[in-house]
Amino acid sequence: MSSIAATGKRSFGSFLWDYLTTVDHKKIAHLYLAGGGFFFILGGLEALIIRIQLIKPQNDFISAGFYNEMITMHGTTMIFLAGMPILIGLMNAAMPLQIGARDVAFPFLNALSFWLFFFGGILLNVSFLTGGAPDAGWTSYASLAMQSPGHGVDYYILGLQIAGAGTLMGGINFIATIVTMRAPGMTYMRMPLFAWATFITSVLILFAFPPLTINLFLLMFDRMFDTAFFNVALGGNTIIYQHLFWIFGHPEVYILILPLFGIFSDVIATFSRKRLFGYTAMVFATMLIAFLGFMVWAHHMFTVGLGPVANSIFAVGTMAIAVPTGIKIFNWLLTMWGGQVTINSAMLWVLGFIPTFTIGGMTGVMLGSAVADYQYHDTYFVVAHFHYVIVGGTIFGIFAGLHYWWPKMFGRILHEGMGKFTFWVFFIGFHLTFFIQHFLGLMGMPRRYWVFLHDQGLELGNFISTIGAFLMGVGTIVFIVNIVYTAVKGEKASADPWDGRTLEWSISSPPPYYNFEQLPLVRGLDPLWIEKMEGDGTIPPGEPLDDVHMPSGSFIPFLMGLGFFVAGFGFIYQTDNGLWYLALYGGMAFSIGCMVVRSLKDDFGYYIPKEELQKALEGEAK
Amino acid sequence: MSHDHSSLFPEVLPAEPEKATLEGKNKFFGQWFFLGGETVLFASLFGTYLALKNSTAGGPSSEELFGLGLVFLMTMLLLTSSLTSVYAMYHMRNNDYKKMVLWLGITGLLGIGFLVCEIYEFAHYITEYGFSFQSSAFGSAFFALVGFHGGHVLFGICWLTTLLIRNAKRGLNLYNAPKFNTFSLFWHFIDVVWVFIFTVVYLMGKVG
Amino acid sequence: MTNESNSNLDQSEVFRRQKSKEEMQRQLISFGLMIVFTIIAFAIVATGTISRMYVLPILFIMAIVQAGFQFYYFMHLKDKGHEMPATLIYGGVWAAFLTLAGLMVISWW
Repeated sequence: MSSIAATGKRSFGSFLWDYLTTVDHKKIAHLYLAGGGFFFILGGLEALIIRIQLIKPQNDFISAGFYNEMITMHGTTMIFLAGMPILIGLMNAAMPLQIGARDVAFPFLNALSFWLFFFGGILLNVSFLTGGAPDAGWTSYASLAMQSPGHGVDYYILGLQIAGAGTLMGGINFIATIVTMRAPGMTYMRMPLFAWATFITSVLILFAFPPLTINLFLLMFDRMFDTAFFNVALGGNTIIYQHLFWIFGHPEVYILILPLFGIFSDVIATFSRKRLFGYTAMVFATMLIAFLGFMVWAHHMFTVGLGPVANSIFAVGTMAIAVPTGIKIFNWLLTMWGGQVTINSAMLWVLGFIPTFTIGGMTGVMLGSAVADYQYHDTYFVVAHFHYVIVGGTIFGIFAGLHYWWPKMFGRILHEGMGKFTFWVFFIGFHLTFFIQHFLGLMGMPRRYWVFLHDQGLELGNFISTIGAFLMGVGTIVFIVNIVYTAVKGEKASADPWDGRTLEWSISSPPPYYNFEQLPLVRGLDPLWIEKMEGDGTIPPGEPLDDVHMPSGSFIPFLMGLGFFVAGFGFIYQTDNGLWYLALYGGMAFSIGCMVVRSLKDDFGYYIPKEELQKALEGEAK
Repeated sequence: MSHDHSSLFPEVLPAEPEKATLEGKNKFFGQWFFLGGETVLFASLFGTYLALKNSTAGGPSSEELFGLGLVFLMTMLLLTSSLTSVYAMYHMRNNDYKKMVLWLGITGLLGIGFLVCEIYEFAHYITEYGFSFQSSAFGSAFFALVGFHGGHVLFGICWLTTLLIRNAKRGLNLYNAPKFNTFSLFWHFIDVVWVFIFTVVYLMGKVG
Repeated sequence: MTNESNSNLDQSEVFRRQKSKEEMQRQLISFGLMIVFTIIAFAIVATGTISRMYVLPILFIMAIVQAGFQFYYFMHLKDKGHEMPATLIYGGVWAAFLTLAGLMVISWW
């Protein structure tokens, strides 16, 4: 392992094998970013197809059935296969470094989480080639999903079940890491906000994914095994599906945004050269948002007929979440106020986020009024709202985080000129697309309709909306070009290109595979800044120099993912032909067999000898 | 001097061997957090059951169906198996490998007894009453909830068997102590879920 | 550690074992109480003595108490070092409560 690092040269085969067997959180982060990035492009293409279909009234660019597949896959892909994996990738890349750890609590499980996401995502998209993608919406409500002919919805069920299992494992992994592996002196209230966000998001994942798991099982049992959960004739009840879906679904959107709140806190403090305003309030606001986020799910069901009492309770809860969120916005602004602000690509995305997300939050409060929602529900007003918060919050934040941590992850700084170009084109395109949609919704244009009619005043708005989508596409393409350019010719990064405040900037870019020669001693909040202001700019060691224990790589996570992937096909097609049970049982047996092999073979990891660490320290000192 | 893994096999085990290593601490916390998630998992199943338990579609209802005798026996088996796993952990902390294995073995046997009773119960419902996974919404919800619990018991037994076989010749050390403790926490949790199943499904089902 | 005299080592180990034995006695008492609660619960339903309105809450409370014994004694939740596990279990219980409330109270089709 160290010899490869020393020579820096190796074959493509060994590079590939390294990534197929890695349990290193930094490499797993690369995998998540690549996988998530790939699915983001797929989701973006699906969006463009939707917008082309809606560029003019009664268009026939695609059929109605294919349109349903596009809207379903766009939503499912962007949320489950792009947004969450990229966030998990960033959490993998930065959180262990921020708390002064050498890896996560369960490195093997971390790799397994990635491969389950990967194979789940591939399974979901294979459906395009085998008779049609899922077409019952990203929510796949029980009544419609039960009726959907073909196997599309079955792919949805199995793809998300497999990917979701990986996410749940990841959540447990991150919580355990933060609880047990903080460096000496790193108390909870000295952790950077991104580490806090990782912690709280992971708790949300832990509690939100089980209802989704059960819901998917219920749908699977009804579609494949003739059970009666949602079969009204035998006493079933489709509202159960909606409850379970949104009990998952609402915390899910907080899972999508809280990590970005953490990134914004870190990025703003760094590029304002000023500590975060109101650290304690920010921590507790994050906890409050997560807590309240579990108590508002029925605001997605206002028009279902739950009754005025239930609707009122959920309406009030929904509006209450605006309070801790507002606290955060004010604290970010107050952090910048009086600071020495650098406007680079990362900060542009932050500055773009603040008004955009605020608008999205405001329309969220409007939607939270149960009475008004009877007008807004299932119109483009809702579509506008959630794109404002998800794109304005999650996507803008991801771009900011990528610019911020790209040097740490890849040792190079993304090209600033292209970065700024991407921002402006994407930002303008975004507002063109989605600001108009508020008004389209208020004018009565319904969601999920594959055509709209002439002479309803909807032509111009939809046309502009589509132009905006193409601009976002251009911005994304330039970002991809940026990535390639940076990889080939980009400016090499020092350990601390931004004059940072937190531990990850105290080690090289990219870090050595063991992260820290000696675990750091943390003396307070913004530990690196403290050392710069009061010490010699280097972090004191928190332990004596000794051999370092590292986990061994393994091919088993990939194999387990593969087994479940094959079993997935078995589950999907066993209703057609009994022979598919071979795939079902074979795949499951293979994966369980891998688990047994893992249990039976001892894996103690290996040790890095003290001398190698000594040499690295001396090399740095020069 | 290069490190080997001999620190995992000390002559004298520390007082809490399952938490003496970083890996042990991680497994300890990881398993507790997993159980937090499982709480919500079973709550979803319980919620579905409670919403659908009166939707019998003309089939038998819970009052007619459930026999308390068998359920009482199953409860005794599982509850006792929980106690025996406590004994096993007690002996583990006293560094008494043989007694730990004995009590874990009894735990497993009691668990198998529970499963045998449950399989008999399910077969009885399906053949005698025509009450199955597909016969009504009540049937689907009942078999999903109680079946998932039974599936967890089965998984636990397979896990225990693998642990016992793998470590049969090794005795206790800092590498396998956390594994036994992790299993024990899982097994206790399954009993907690059963407490709610026999209360909510069977007893309350009998009351109506 | 190895330099400590044998008698010191034995004494701390003896103390620990004594505490451990007392703990086991508490576990056994917990088990006994759990059996008693179970028998009472079954008896209440089997004999049908108490009216339905009271039976349901009584059964539910007994189940919670039994679960409490299991968590706090058998699973050592009352011991030092269990703050974070306890927090997350209670978090799970809260999410579970919300799920049950939603599915029971506002699902009537």
